[in-house]
Amino acid sequence: MPDKKNTLAPSRSEILASGYVVPESTRCVQCGICTFNCPIGIDVRRYVWLEKHVIDSYCLTCGECVNRCPRGVLRFERINLFREREQ
Amino acid sequence: MTRHVIVGMGVAGVSAAEAIRSVDRSAEILMVTNDPNGFYSRPGLAYYLTGELPEQQLYIYSKEDWRRLNVKQLKAKAVRLLPMEHKLALDHSSPLAYDRLLLATGTTAAPLSVPGADLKNVMYLDHLEDTRAILDRVRYTRTAVVVGGGVLALELVEGLAAHKVQVHFFLRGDRYWSNLLDEVESHLVEDRLEHEGVRVHPNTEIAEILGSRGSVSAVRTVQGETIGCGMVAVAIGARPRIELAQAAGLEVERGILVNETMQTSAPDVFAAGDVGQVYDPLTGRKTLDMLWNPAREQGRAAGLNMAGSAAVYRRLVAVNVLRLGGVMTTIIGAIGSGKDDSPLSIMRGSSETWQQLPNTIAVANGGGVNQLRLLLGERTITGALLMGEQTLSLPLQELVSGQVDITPIRQQLLHPDSPLGELLMEFWLNLSADRKNVA
Repeated sequence: MPDKKNTLAPSRSEILASGYVVPESTRCVQCGICTFNCPIGIDVRRYVWLEKHVIDSYCLTCGECVNRCPRGVLRFERINLFREREQ
Repeated sequence: MTRHVIVGMGVAGVSAAEAIRSVDRSAEILMVTNDPNGFYSRPGLAYYLTGELPEQQLYIYSKEDWRRLNVKQLKAKAVRLLPMEHKLALDHSSPLAYDRLLLATGTTAAPLSVPGADLKNVMYLDHLEDTRAILDRVRYTRTAVVVGGGVLALELVEGLAAHKVQVHFFLRGDRYWSNLLDEVESHLVEDRLEHEGVRVHPNTEIAEILGSRGSVSAVRTVQGETIGCGMVAVAIGARPRIELAQAAGLEVERGILVNETMQTSAPDVFAAGDVGQVYDPLTGRKTLDMLWNPAREQGRAAGLNMAGSAAVYRRLVAVNVLRLGGVMTTIIGAIGSGKDDSPLSIMRGSSETWQQLPNTIAVANGGGVNQLRLLLGERTITGALLMGEQTLSLPLQELVSGQVDITPIRQQLLHPDSPLGELLMEFWLNLSADRKNVA
């Protein structure tokens, strides 16, 4: 039987290496559930207020903010798509 | 040095202050509010009520943010506006002179007008103070009655149910939010509420609230039923706070009338947020939106104009994301029945345009909690409602707000058995690919 930890590890690191949390600020009402649930204390709400991608070197891309947001403001976006957008 | 005075400290007021500061480092900005709690997320109160958020989390600005914005805050009530003299009278201090003034006074909950409505524990969900009072009361109450429609009433129902209170939800009509939702959608919400232990009472209105020692003890309905309860929570509508403007002779209707630059009929007086009734050049109507994002955008446009930078507020298609019976729901544009079964047609968290009924055909399909309904005009999608799965939300927002010509798939969408979601997704992906190729 494959070691569960080992099979999960690559996909997690893949997400970590290739994804950001991206807000759709028009849906946000600044309730702060994202910030409250971030396990490492990133002020996600502030990024959304400033209409910025959540680019924080400490972000684990754990998805806690994405899942907890009651208004579907946050989503993961791959870096390559994000770069295309910036051009 | 220009002196800007902003009345109200909700999102429109703060957004205006940010906009002024972004173009003028030295202007004096004074914010006047009589809310002791200042700037916090009002829509967040619903999540504070359910216990998903602690109170402290509702505050959006840190001390550092306030320091950077560099505004003076005055805890006072504005009692009179003298537009010709450019002065604002306050309750406890001398009148304030201003160069430009913004009225961002928001709304207040419409009161219930039945005998007993002034009893203790008849409650509203308007301010942080109200939410605190409800949270205090749920510790001593086993049963509550909630009256109203729309999203605010539902937030009260869900908030109270989260604290194990037996909730009786009174609906004026035969189903929940019948001027906006279709039958399938209403019943989906009602079924989920019932599953959580909420008793939904269609076609029910309060005739009288009964009290004991000054506090709510029961309600008697028009239909003749008496239900014992320790609390009545009310969300029957919202009224823009126009009194200051009205008494000063500014042009008002349901809200304070403003043009595209958020200026009222008085020189140097602007209005924004829930209180602003904005002229929309596309429809020729003057519309109220009681939504967070339009309030922020209006505040921004007002602030820029106050600071002398020309900015036009372009009213966008009204979008809101709601949680209805625990199901995430996005409403985009006009999707209503055109009927109006509530005494006040608008409340916080909604837009007047949702209820309008343009010349459209509704198509819908779904299964379980995933529902999709589209309102099709001759060539465009004029409105959409999406419940549950939200993948289509962004595409739909773009298709509706961009008034994208959907002629290539319109016939397929109208076909009774067609998979609307798949058709739309495919159409949108092709459209995005085409755009990229053109670029």
